[in-house]
Amino acid sequence: MRPWLETEFGNAASSGHDWGHRAGAAVERARDSVARFLGVKPGEVIFTAGATEADNLAVKGGARAARAAGKGEHLVTTAIEHHAVLESVEALEREGFTSTVVYPGADGIVPPEAIADAIEDDTVLVSVMAANGEIGTLQPVAEIGALCRERGVLFHSDATQMIGKLPFDASLCDLASVSAHKFHGPKGVGALTVRDGVEIEPLFSGGGQERGLRSGTLNVPGIVGLGAVCDLRSKEMEAEAVRVRALRDRLWGGIRERIPEAHLNGSLEHRLPGNLNVSFARCDGEALLTALRGFALSTGSACQSGVTEPSAVLLALDVPPNLARGSLRFGLGGGNTEAEIDALLGALAPAVERLRALAPEPA
Amino acid sequence: MAVPDYNETVLDHYENPRNIGRLEAADGVGTAGNPDDGDFLRLAIRVEDDRLVEVRFQTFGCPAAIAAGSMATELLTGKSIEDAHLFRNHDVVEALGGLPEGKEQCSVLAEQALREALAALPGA
Repeated sequence: MRPWLETEFGNAASSGHDWGHRAGAAVERARDSVARFLGVKPGEVIFTAGATEADNLAVKGGARAARAAGKGEHLVTTAIEHHAVLESVEALEREGFTSTVVYPGADGIVPPEAIADAIEDDTVLVSVMAANGEIGTLQPVAEIGALCRERGVLFHSDATQMIGKLPFDASLCDLASVSAHKFHGPKGVGALTVRDGVEIEPLFSGGGQERGLRSGTLNVPGIVGLGAVCDLRSKEMEAEAVRVRALRDRLWGGIRERIPEAHLNGSLEHRLPGNLNVSFARCDGEALLTALRGFALSTGSACQSGVTEPSAVLLALDVPPNLARGSLRFGLGGGNTEAEIDALLGALAPAVERLRALAPEPA
Repeated sequence: MAVPDYNETVLDHYENPRNIGRLEAADGVGTAGNPDDGDFLRLAIRVEDDRLVEVRFQTFGCPAAIAAGSMATELLTGKSIEDAHLFRNHDVVEALGGLPEGKEQCSVLAEQALREALAALPGA
């Protein structure tokens, strides 16, 4: 990325001079890398400012183009999508679209049959994420993609949490969202893959960059960084997934051995390698986080003004509110070690025990 | 979500809460909150000669709720029943040196439970 921040200031859209030409060539090399990594053609990669923009472009752009073509105005999505998708659907509802929200099973996986049942004659777009960031569950993208194709409905997948962690084949989708920073790339850059022949309306009017689908001067350093991280991850990803999964399993094994009443949220089998999400009965998530503040963890529950709001994703899985509020998300990566897992377990078990001792006995 | 920025006093009361547990010889017990869905606090008091000589609490809540319960028991121990009636959650927040924005309400359970405990005293 450095040359494009320090000495190479050419505009990738200006091919009339050498600087612009070099920048344009660098963008195209990055496009090749992203396309290779995701199993699509270079011409199917549209660079954006991140996955939020990609989600908005896919959902709003796909839905509006389909409605303009007279195909209908019904959308299908799930209760565990990112806000960029859920709120795009809400925005479309204000434009007259209707939607069906499909719920996952208790294992955190959306059944393809439930998507099939939700598709109506006037459904124009289905949006189902590839993997959920909070509980790590992998969604049946191949099956849902196939059934959407059969029914002639656009299929978008927000693959932000999956890409770079496990192999992802974007050709299973009509539209797939990518974020660079979720797999060690730069922040503020991402992409949407748009399958050849799929019509979407752009969000921005302007200079017509990216096949007219994303006007605006290209973020050359960011795009080059995204391309580089795709090349890097394609070499390292699978070995790292094995290693990270082993650390994750060590953590879950340790929790099960040392802490009673710890409930795993979401399928263990169909799950991102570095994700663990556990609810500890009779503990408050924020209290646990505070006890473990030397570790980078998170909880889906939030207490504001004395009212604890458990995670919407866990509630969508029908986890009881009092259990959902005691949930912790452990996100492990290539930089973590077994010693860190053991240190975490050493701090977690007494913290859970201590908080439970403070709580009134169950009635 | 991230951990709110609690001050040292709050963290101390969260990590080493005072006067935890049940009180076998309680004269009054009060609860606040909802045990099934939300923060919950149970406060027990023992009274001698119109004074609160022992105050204990249990809670299921965030660090602010735990620290507030702990500080409330410290402030209340030794108070006359009359003074205990004047006790407000604001006193707890002040003694804790403040709570992060949006967290002041977490201290209100102790005051509510205290009212119930005082109302339960024999002859109240």
